[in-house]
Amino acid sequence: METLVPAAPVWVKQRRDAAAKHFAAVGFPNTRLEDWRFTNVSPIAEANWPLAQGGFSQAAALTAAVSIPGAVRLVIVNGRFAAGLSDLSTLPKGLRIASLRDGARDATDGIETHLGKVFSIATHPFAALNTSFLDDGVAIMATKGAIVETPVHIVVVTGGETPVVAHPRVLIVAGENSQVRVAQTFIGSPDTAYFNNAVIEVVVGPSALVQLYTDQRESDQAFHVANIQAHVEAKGVFESHAFSTGARIMRHDIGIGLKGEGADCTMNGVYLADGERLMDTHTSLDHAMPHCTSHEIYKGILAGKGRAVFNGRIIVQLDAQKTDAKQTNRALLLSDEATINSNPQLEIFADDVKCTHGAAVGQLDEEAMFYLQARGLNRDAARDMLLHAFAGEVIQGLKIPALREQIEGNFFARLREDTRAGV
Amino acid sequence: MLEVKNLQVRVEDKEILRGINLTVKAGEVHAIMGPNGSGKSTFARALAGHPGYEVTGGSVNYQGHDLLDLDPDERAREGVFMAFQYPVEIPGVNNAYFLKAALNAKRKQQGLDELDAMDFMALVKQKLKVLHVDESMLMRSVNEGFSGGEKKRNEIFHMAVLEPTLAVLDETDSGLDIDALRVVSDGVNAMRSPERSFIVVTHYQRLLEYIVPDYVHVLADGRIVRSGGRELALELEEKGYAWTEPAGARK
Repeated sequence: METLVPAAPVWVKQRRDAAAKHFAAVGFPNTRLEDWRFTNVSPIAEANWPLAQGGFSQAAALTAAVSIPGAVRLVIVNGRFAAGLSDLSTLPKGLRIASLRDGARDATDGIETHLGKVFSIATHPFAALNTSFLDDGVAIMATKGAIVETPVHIVVVTGGETPVVAHPRVLIVAGENSQVRVAQTFIGSPDTAYFNNAVIEVVVGPSALVQLYTDQRESDQAFHVANIQAHVEAKGVFESHAFSTGARIMRHDIGIGLKGEGADCTMNGVYLADGERLMDTHTSLDHAMPHCTSHEIYKGILAGKGRAVFNGRIIVQLDAQKTDAKQTNRALLLSDEATINSNPQLEIFADDVKCTHGAAVGQLDEEAMFYLQARGLNRDAARDMLLHAFAGEVIQGLKIPALREQIEGNFFARLREDTRAGV
Repeated sequence: MLEVKNLQVRVEDKEILRGINLTVKAGEVHAIMGPNGSGKSTFARALAGHPGYEVTGGSVNYQGHDLLDLDPDERAREGVFMAFQYPVEIPGVNNAYFLKAALNAKRKQQGLDELDAMDFMALVKQKLKVLHVDESMLMRSVNEGFSGGEKKRNEIFHMAVLEPTLAVLDETDSGLDIDALRVVSDGVNAMRSPERSFIVVTHYQRLLEYIVPDYVHVLADGRIVRSGGRELALELEEKGYAWTEPAGARK
């Protein structure tokens, strides 16, 4: 067992120990479990992943490649906050940033209250594993009433010369009536396998707004598991927009609990599964209180022998009258060998609710292809245009222009490369 | 400009065109008429290169090239344009963005500089005016939610911007009221020139009152059974298509 920082406060040690105990009891999930039926994690479970110790030489270059000008930049290298690569020069009023290690030690407000408390690790074995190594990461706190215009960009860099595991951790707390936008980019060493096991917890206070943009562009040999879990209090608004192009196996568990009346959330995503990669997204929406709304759109593009799993769970609790929930899941299969398992899972206990869901799996519309080609676009350009249109509904939710340009650029460059080589 | 010889086309194992011969010279307007199922639209789509239409025999020479050897997009960039009978709705693809990409693809092929957004908009606005097309159509998704008339007008608008050498209009008149028909016809007539040829596929003589053809051909059962001048269309109007059908050819 690697040595952790000795100065961690007692409560951190307790949470770590409880999680370690839980993970030791349940272990890595297997395909006999309903939530893991289509995703075999044995390549993760059976490999030896030494805990990453410190940074690696490519981290600075990888960070520079995705930096957004003007943003507050927080860099986590192999699970640890990297002050040297971070840039807090544009830190605005009303925003407090701390490394989790320092913040926990200095008893920064809110960290002890919320860290590891937004959701139960009992149903998320990888989050339990992450918590058992609870040590460092970043905390972002928007104080009451703060309208933070400057985006916060978390760059999570993972990898090294040899295979490693990292357990990065992020906590975002938006106080009452505050507003904050956070982007996170997952990126890693291109030539080495690594396992990145992230947990992101978000607390959206009453009437607060948090927009979270996730750009998952891990290397092709990486294993990427992330739990993004949010609590939204009364009249709070939370948006999660996830763009995923990387990793050999990706598993996202995105859970939102609407815990106060009149809360609203958006949970959108686009993913690309090509080569022999597996992209698994499990979303969970807990409508716990009345008069809450949720909007969910997930779009998948599959090529080569790519596989995808989408499970969209919506729970409407007994008290959650006047719930308005909408879920759409669509996938485009660009090859005969690509497959998707798509499953909406609605559990409705209240009687006065509006709940709709739609799932569709299809291929590129050949008549539309012909129409575009008949006007002079070559086949690749025509396909790009249709795929762009397909993903556009989700991409247009990106409200930070520089980030949108970056994510869009990466997404379509990648799509071009991979689908053309692979189809 | 276009030399079609003994063109035979099959759709899903069904022989539709059984040997079409047609010569179109630069500047000419040819009307192709015929009853439903005679192969008019098949002819148009085969010229445009629709992948579902398999050419099983014959040849098509366009400006010295073997047209059948080219992909649909190559044909378009070489100046062949087909106005679709049923323009396809493409949600999420902006009409102006698409048209700009199409125009620039063609300009690139011709060795011309690509137009930037400003030059493109200037060009487009001028075309819109001529065609009485509302500017809002530019910012909508391609054909999405367009009325039948709007779709057809959008086709002619695309044609006006792309300035083809050979334009094939596939039943552009179907579903148009008289005002829309006039607008569409005006758009086509404004583009007539000694360098540009048109093939106008239509079921009805009505369109030819507005777009006056040099030649009229009658298609029946996959072959051109009669050719003549404009007066042939009037004759068809009077007598109908019944006489064009060989006895027993239709149930």
